[in-house]
Amino acid sequence: METVKLTVDNKKIEVPKGTTIYKAARKLGIDIPVLCYMDLADLNIEHKPGGCRICSVEVEGRRNLAPSCSTEVFDGMVVKTHSMRVLNARKTVMELILSDHPKDCLICPKSGNCDLQNLAIKLGIRETPYQEFSEMSTYRKDFSPSIIRDMDKCIMCRRCETMCNEFQTVGALSAVNRGFNSVVAPAFEMDLEDSPCTYCGQCVAVCPTGALTEVDHTNQLIEDLSNPAKTVIVQTAPAVRAALGEEFGMEPGTLVTGKMVTALRRLGFNYIFDTDFAADLTIMEEGTELLDRLNRHLKGDKDVKLPILTSCCPGWVNFFEQQFTDLLDVPSTARSPQQMFGAIAKTFFADRIKVAREDLVVVSIMPCLAKKYECQRDEFKVNGNPDVDYSISTRELAHLIKRANMDLNNMPEEDFDQPLGESSGAGVIFGATGGVIEAAVRTAYEIYTKKKLDRVDFKQLRGMEGIRHANVDFNGLEVNIGIAHGLGNARKLLEDVRNGISQFHAIEIMACPGGCIGGGGQPLHHGNLSILQKRMEAIYREDAGKPIRKSHENPYIIKLYEEFLGKPMSEKAHHLLHTHYIDKSKKIIYMK
Amino acid sequence: MSEYKLHLLVCGGTSCRNLQSDTLAENLKTEIDKQGLTDVAQVVKTGCFGLCDKGTVVKVIPENIFYAHVKPEDAKDIVEEHIIKGRKVERLLYTDPDKKQIRIALRNCGIIDPENINEYIERNGYEALGKVLSEMTPEEAIKLLIDSGLRGRGGGGFPAGIKWDLTRKVESSIKFVVCNADEGDPGAFMDRSILEGDPHSVLEAMAINGYCTGSNYGLIYIRAEYPLAIERLKTAIKQAREYGFLGNNILGTGFSFDIEMRYGAGAFVCGEETALIHSMEGLRGEPTMKPPFPSVEGYLKKPTNVNNVETYANIPVIFSKGVKWFAKIGTEKSKGTKVFALAGKVNNVGLIEVPLGITLREVIFEIGGGIKGGKKFKAVQTGGPSGGCLTEKDLDTPIDYDNLIAAGSMMGSGGMIIMDEDDCMVDVAKFFLDFTVEESCGKCVPCRVGNKRLHELLNKITSGNGAKEDIDRLINLSNVIKDTSLCGLGQSSPNPVLSTIKNFRNEYDAHIDDKKCPAGVCKALMTYFIVEENCVGCTACARACPVGAISGERKEIHYIDPALCIKCGACEERCKFNAVIVK
Repeated sequence: METVKLTVDNKKIEVPKGTTIYKAARKLGIDIPVLCYMDLADLNIEHKPGGCRICSVEVEGRRNLAPSCSTEVFDGMVVKTHSMRVLNARKTVMELILSDHPKDCLICPKSGNCDLQNLAIKLGIRETPYQEFSEMSTYRKDFSPSIIRDMDKCIMCRRCETMCNEFQTVGALSAVNRGFNSVVAPAFEMDLEDSPCTYCGQCVAVCPTGALTEVDHTNQLIEDLSNPAKTVIVQTAPAVRAALGEEFGMEPGTLVTGKMVTALRRLGFNYIFDTDFAADLTIMEEGTELLDRLNRHLKGDKDVKLPILTSCCPGWVNFFEQQFTDLLDVPSTARSPQQMFGAIAKTFFADRIKVAREDLVVVSIMPCLAKKYECQRDEFKVNGNPDVDYSISTRELAHLIKRANMDLNNMPEEDFDQPLGESSGAGVIFGATGGVIEAAVRTAYEIYTKKKLDRVDFKQLRGMEGIRHANVDFNGLEVNIGIAHGLGNARKLLEDVRNGISQFHAIEIMACPGGCIGGGGQPLHHGNLSILQKRMEAIYREDAGKPIRKSHENPYIIKLYEEFLGKPMSEKAHHLLHTHYIDKSKKIIYMK
Repeated sequence: MSEYKLHLLVCGGTSCRNLQSDTLAENLKTEIDKQGLTDVAQVVKTGCFGLCDKGTVVKVIPENIFYAHVKPEDAKDIVEEHIIKGRKVERLLYTDPDKKQIRIALRNCGIIDPENINEYIERNGYEALGKVLSEMTPEEAIKLLIDSGLRGRGGGGFPAGIKWDLTRKVESSIKFVVCNADEGDPGAFMDRSILEGDPHSVLEAMAINGYCTGSNYGLIYIRAEYPLAIERLKTAIKQAREYGFLGNNILGTGFSFDIEMRYGAGAFVCGEETALIHSMEGLRGEPTMKPPFPSVEGYLKKPTNVNNVETYANIPVIFSKGVKWFAKIGTEKSKGTKVFALAGKVNNVGLIEVPLGITLREVIFEIGGGIKGGKKFKAVQTGGPSGGCLTEKDLDTPIDYDNLIAAGSMMGSGGMIIMDEDDCMVDVAKFFLDFTVEESCGKCVPCRVGNKRLHELLNKITSGNGAKEDIDRLINLSNVIKDTSLCGLGQSSPNPVLSTIKNFRNEYDAHIDDKKCPAGVCKALMTYFIVEENCVGCTACARACPVGAISGERKEIHYIDPALCIKCGACEERCKFNAVIVK
């Protein structure tokens, strides 16, 4: 490999050709401050627009300062990262950024977790010199069911654009207007709700300021919890337990299932249930649907749609409802675990505890922002009453626990309530990319082959690679499985399906990097994606420790079918656990 | 052209067309027809002569007589007097004073009919292309261009030959040749004039460029606000294809090259080559970091050579007349000529083309005919909105790329705005900042926010709220913006501020310390009042005042209430006794 030698702050180093000053300096332990820069190496994304100019450094012989994030080193380069010229420029640029940024940190949802705030602290900014005569750029605040855009706080780092356009290929966000008035927005500055946005929340996950945040439902939750007329039950998604601890200073990858259950109980929920239970239910329905389509296909039915696509991820559902409307009959009709849970809770469980539907509040804790939108969909309401009343993110739950003077670190561990709190390991792994299809394979294999699985771990389906595929031998029948996480990766598999060249029988798709563990509602990774890897390991650890590993062996699932649903894909199941998809493409073309 | 005895060249540039030059040409033709002179005289609509404040301009050749300010109704006089009686129409006669001009880029402008390829060919058009294709290897041709010393005329002044060579050296089956016709400097219109007056010179140079760099595709990025230039380019491309100068197997040499047009929406920043390329790709017109340079990774990620219109217009002549001839013109490091757009307080505004190395004094006082109304010269802004203001002391500096930068300004695309004693230099700086604030793409912080804050600081000073420390803030902010901005726009936009502070510090001080605008431009710092000795109490001023700020009985001395006065100047205009004055 060709290398170059350079000097940074009088320290010599040799690095591969093509390295940037920023990365070379880091190797020397010199941490040049950055703001717009974002390195998501695991996703092959290095966002370095060179827009904020905070990382500017002095290069000997160069007329102007160089942005270290995007300037490549050359042999004999001499770099100064903290000369007076650099420090003055960095401070002045920071003052400029702050001169066009609201100073309401005290009440900003991002306060304490804000890259801009941290940088202002690091640079020791003590005054904002343009205040008395300067204009601020102001924009209309935009509220969608999941995401709030407060563009007065946008610093034009353009990270959200990279996630939306390059990683997700959704194309909802781009820079509009020019100069001082430029801002990141949907085309024609339309509302996010009218744009192709899928609410995946990856823009929120990378926003360095409070410009993009989730719709916060915690106050609504507190109100409901304090209302004696309401019975409030909660379901927690698998990915939450693998990340919640981070908000309390725990190592990434710490599992906090029992502590979380205790905290929820102490918050005053009447019943603490698990979305994983509904995940097992999803497998019963989706797995049966897969086998049904497979069998019909094997019998020569030409109309059967294969591959079957998973439908648990609401960001992904929004994506195909908008961009692949010709394929609306391809995905599984099974509702997501969140919605299956809500449908069972407000029928079967409400009956059992003799609480009227209207008095039962179903809350979900989700790693996801699209779930906030999903539970508001009309298909999931009965007479206007939603199956799931609202969804709060992992971050919101952490705030709420802190607000209630609790520390997860000191929390004892308790168990979920029954009957909707029991789950198999298969339900747990829904939280990681490849998990849904692995769970489905565990069940479908045994039903199809009528044989017991010796080994339930299908490691060939796991990993962080964007697109993966594997074959699973169903006793002589080779089932081809595809997996994608990230909508850009999904698009590639989808285009093959559209063009009729897909070789797969089943495809699992998750909108977020790593699956739900990297969801838009999770604790912020601040660009460190090794955190996702650790959350993933935690998920598989939880699975391995479960006595039951297969959904169809969950005794409460068996009982639910016996007592209430009949069998998978029965008429009742169809009514409560399946859905249909809507062509939203016209919505996108329509512009205000 | 030659079978006629007389040719009446009517300027068909945008400026003269606005003065009804089309109707004039029609009238001339009608008169010639009427007098039965169709075999004697021919009317030709040409491109811009550069004498824009003299429009409509008509040139009669072979006598080389200029008529200026010609109106459509003058057609009869010109035909009857000049053609029939052989007498010059004295009242329209104009003597071109600019003996110091050398026309290379503008060589055909105002002389040929831009919509007729034959006229271009008659003046050695496409000779250079033939010569390069048949007699030279790309390496030889590029070497020649490097030896000529031609530097990019778009502003940066990068040696054109070296740029071509960079693109040539990159291995790629597809490369692009781009013409940057996104002329955006306010007041500069040399590129438009070349495209309107001599489009083939650009097409020919692009084809030569294609041959030298190994590209078969040419693209002209032009702002949609130049409809006449677009029209003439389209005609020229069509004709060049018909004649085999563009298309497959040009002149039987096996080399193929064709040109397409791309339209811009008129963003100043799209003159920056990476922003221009993104705009052509259908993306937001904003610059990206270099490297990668367009010569390595440009349009559609392919090697791309971008030159501007004026650069291209120079190239065919360099090949047909030879390097030695070209390199003799200009200074040691800046060869050839440069077209400047003279504007502002100078007697002769318009386009001029002068050898590099000429002094500002020669340009302003000889070619430009001095300052309007005999007023005193104060400053000249070169290089467009991002250039700097030069003063009296710079007048004898030879103009070239390096000297202008050393003096705190730049060549830019050749805008030259002359200011006199009536111009307030703080206001001038504010005016240019106004433009860059408007035209910043918004990508990087120093340009997006910094220029806005500079503008606000200047506004603060001109509105009488300036503080002593504001000058230091302006200087520091300007330096940081220059030091940290992503592209050339921000790296140069504070130049007007820095150069006016450097050269006219006293004016800034007057605004801040004395709350006075010495040039009497900044309204907030002006006071209108009535000189008692002169006031006769006629009440004219009070009646003219739109806000009722003037009080006083008939035949008594009047008084202006400064708290109410909006400084519109209506009273001063109305007073017949010089009783209203401004201080």
